[in-house]
Amino acid sequence: MEYEEAKKKITEALQKKLKTKSKFYFSDLAKILGEKPRVAKKLINQMVQEGVLEYWSSGSTSMYGMPGTGKQAHAEHED
Amino acid sequence: MAKHETPMLDQLESGPWPSFVSDLKQQAEVRAKNEANIEFQIPRDVVEDLLGVLELSYDHGRTHWKHGGIVGVFGYGGGVIGRYCDQPEQFPGVAHFHTMRVNQPGGKFYKAEYLKQLCDLWDFRGSGITNMHGSTGDIIFLGTTTPQLEEIFYEMTHKLNQDLGGSGSNLRTPADCVGQARCEFACYDTQDLCYDLTMEYQDELHRPAFPYKFKFKFDGCPNCCVASIARSDLSFIGTWRDDIKIDQEAVAAYIGGEIPPNAGAHSGRDWGPFDIQKEVIDNCPTECMWMEDGKLKIDNKECNRCMHCINVMPRALHIGDDRGVTILAGAKAPILDGAQMGSLIVPFMKAEPPYTEIKEKVIEPIWDWWMEEGKNRERLGELMKRQGLQKMLDVLGFEADPRMVQEPRHNPYIFWKEEEVPGGFKRDINEFRKYHQR
Repeated sequence: MEYEEAKKKITEALQKKLKTKSKFYFSDLAKILGEKPRVAKKLINQMVQEGVLEYWSSGSTSMYGMPGTGKQAHAEHED
Repeated sequence: MAKHETPMLDQLESGPWPSFVSDLKQQAEVRAKNEANIEFQIPRDVVEDLLGVLELSYDHGRTHWKHGGIVGVFGYGGGVIGRYCDQPEQFPGVAHFHTMRVNQPGGKFYKAEYLKQLCDLWDFRGSGITNMHGSTGDIIFLGTTTPQLEEIFYEMTHKLNQDLGGSGSNLRTPADCVGQARCEFACYDTQDLCYDLTMEYQDELHRPAFPYKFKFKFDGCPNCCVASIARSDLSFIGTWRDDIKIDQEAVAAYIGGEIPPNAGAHSGRDWGPFDIQKEVIDNCPTECMWMEDGKLKIDNKECNRCMHCINVMPRALHIGDDRGVTILAGAKAPILDGAQMGSLIVPFMKAEPPYTEIKEKVIEPIWDWWMEEGKNRERLGELMKRQGLQKMLDVLGFEADPRMVQEPRHNPYIFWKEEEVPGGFKRDINEFRKYHQR
């Protein structure tokens, strides 16, 4: 899958779900892309590098979200 | 005068053991006096506020830390754990109190100079509170603010040649025993394998794409000093496949009392003269040792590497020469379904650089399987339980081996696959009808 196409897929899907969810597991993103984990990882990494996605970590689990979405960024002055 | 009253924490100091509360109070005082004239980059009273929020948590019987955060250093999805206090007005010093994990040197060998540099950096840009070491083995820096993260990372990577460790759904910081650097029992170079895999799997360490955490640990011998068998998803334990080497003269010297058993480790009181029958032979779990004409004999094929005889008589008995690793998978702590010890998947494999067999035949196929089949927050050991060891062996392309069997089976059914049955499941119906009427 081309990067631009992947980016479009991810941003559209995440925008759509934004009302109920702002953080997503890696496997959710891989499912949206319809790719195997290794391929999905390359695309998702690039999206993080470009700031399309950002990491969230509880310390034990990691998730992905779009920057500035969800309550946390604003509440903790990290936006 | 302390900033916050802490009667409940003070009570913790009254016991006979060293108290973390005393340590924190000491650190609070050091920061308050600041005799070293450090230009603190985060609030000077961070430690006092930490004590305050802890007292409040004890009072309320609930935590005042929020869960997780989005902070990190650029490009890394691990190594920094966002921590925020939910009472920032009352305790501004700990409004941000992020944790950083520092990838510890192999075998936890470091010079005092290196520690001093780390501590100076952390006094300057953090709270000065460390945890030596965290459960995964990392050096843990406890408590800093978001603007300091990149600064600390830059200093560490550019001046101290030091990387961050793993956290979140990443490969966690690999941990190893001191290995051949100091230990004659080490059957492979734990530090070299640990370092090699750390460098090889940088992407897995820093960019989270696993279903959950994944830990490697490396023990040089079955004494398992880093407890890899209980604490890592993939445990590498040194072993040998030839015979234990025996120096009969040294055996006689142990029996004669010339060499203290256990290298003198139990010499604090008088245990009486060394009794090889009682202290070694009778303690062998597989009963594979005996004395014959004054010589110690071992039936090596029965040895299960408990290490007891070697530990008691290290100068008389030594690991064999044909050395490698045993690999076990799936150990974990008891969040779901109870704790699990590792299950044996590779009885013996050579562990020599560049470790291609370990990487390509064990680690990578396991990761591919777990990344595709693992549920969110499912550890490898849970996936192994859910889909079965047989499935895992299929994934790895390994034959089942009696050494993988821990106990008799609980399930009386055997499900054969077509390729496992000679001739498969297809039959010639006409041939069948010759003998069986419809």
